[in-house]
Amino acid sequence: MKKIKKIKIKINGKIKSITEHCNLSIVLKNLKIPLNKVAIELNEEIIDKKKINKIKLNKNDKIEIVHFIGGG
Amino acid sequence: MVNLKKDSLIIANKKFYSRLIVGTGKYKSMAECAKAIKLSGAEIVTVAVRRVNISDKKKPLLMDYVDPKKITYLPNTAGCFNSKEALRTLRLAREIGGWKLVKLEVLGDKKNLFPDMIETLKSTEVLAKEGFKVMVYCNDDPLMAKRLENSGADAIMPLAAPIGSGLGIQNKINIQIIRKQTKLPLIIDAGLGQASDATIAMELGCDGVLVNTAIAKAKKPFEMALAFKNAVIAGRQSYKSGRIDKILMGNPSSPSKGII
Repeated sequence: MKKIKKIKIKINGKIKSITEHCNLSIVLKNLKIPLNKVAIELNEEIIDKKKINKIKLNKNDKIEIVHFIGGG
Repeated sequence: MVNLKKDSLIIANKKFYSRLIVGTGKYKSMAECAKAIKLSGAEIVTVAVRRVNISDKKKPLLMDYVDPKKITYLPNTAGCFNSKEALRTLRLAREIGGWKLVKLEVLGDKKNLFPDMIETLKSTEVLAKEGFKVMVYCNDDPLMAKRLENSGADAIMPLAAPIGSGLGIQNKINIQIIRKQTKLPLIIDAGLGQASDATIAMELGCDGVLVNTAIAKAKKPFEMALAFKNAVIAGRQSYKSGRIDKILMGNPSSPSKGII
C-alpha cells in the first residue's frame, strides 16, 4: 500500500499538517471557511476563489484567509 | 429648511443621504455595534481586513450583524504602515466581494498615528490606476490634499486630531482652505470627541464626518450615535443657511426706535 505523505503548510500563521498535493478547496472546506465572506492568498498572491479546486498545495505553502471585522 | 432628501452626498458616483460615516471597531459586541450603526443613520461603515480565526469557527462574523447589502462597507487599511501593506490589504478587500470603494490609511507613527503622506500619495496613485475608488485619510495640509486630488483620490479625509484622541478639530483654517480648493467630497476623519465637533466640521463646509471611538467608547454609545446623527444634520443645515457676519461690537436685536 502506498504511504500517504504528509506535508506542513502555514494557514494564517499556524502550522498545519496536510496530505501532499491536497487540494486547496478541501483544506478550506475542512476549516469550514465561508467562501463568500473571505479572500484568500497563497504565497502572497491572491487566489481566484473560483479556481480553488484546481490548486494543489505544496510543502511550506503559506495561506492567508482574511475577512472583514470591526474597525475604524 | 435644507431638503435633506435632495441634499445628497455623492462619492464615486454613488448617492448617500447620511453624511455620517461610522467605524465598526471598539464596540463591546457585534450586536452593540449593529445597533449603534442603526441609530446613527449611517449608510457607510468602515471595516478592517484581518485574518479569519481558524481555530474558533463559531466566532461571530461582522457580516452576520451588519448586512453589506444594506450598508456600504468601506474597507479600511487601518494598521498599515507602508504602501505595500495597504495595497495588499485593499486588493484582498476587493477580492472578498468586489469592493472598489475603499478607505486608504497609511500610518507613519505608532504613537501619534499621523498619516505617512508620502506612502499615502504613492498608494493613491496605484489604487486609482487599478480602478479603486479611494477615499484618503490625510493630514490637514492643503497642499497634500491638492496632490491627492491630482493623484486620483475620490474623497479627501483630513484628520481633525490624532485618531482616537477625541480632541476635536484643531486646525479649522486648514480645513476651510481645503474646502475652498476642492470640489471632491471632504470628510473629517479621526479625532472627534463629541457631537458638537461634528457640527463644527459640517459648519466649516465639510461634506461629512467619520466617527468611531467617540461613539463606540461613549458611556452610552446608542445615545451618542443619535447625538452625532443630529449634530451632522444640524451642522449641515447651519452651513447651508448662511451664517451672519462676525462683528466686534454688539448689535441690538430689538429696534431702538420707539423706546419709551
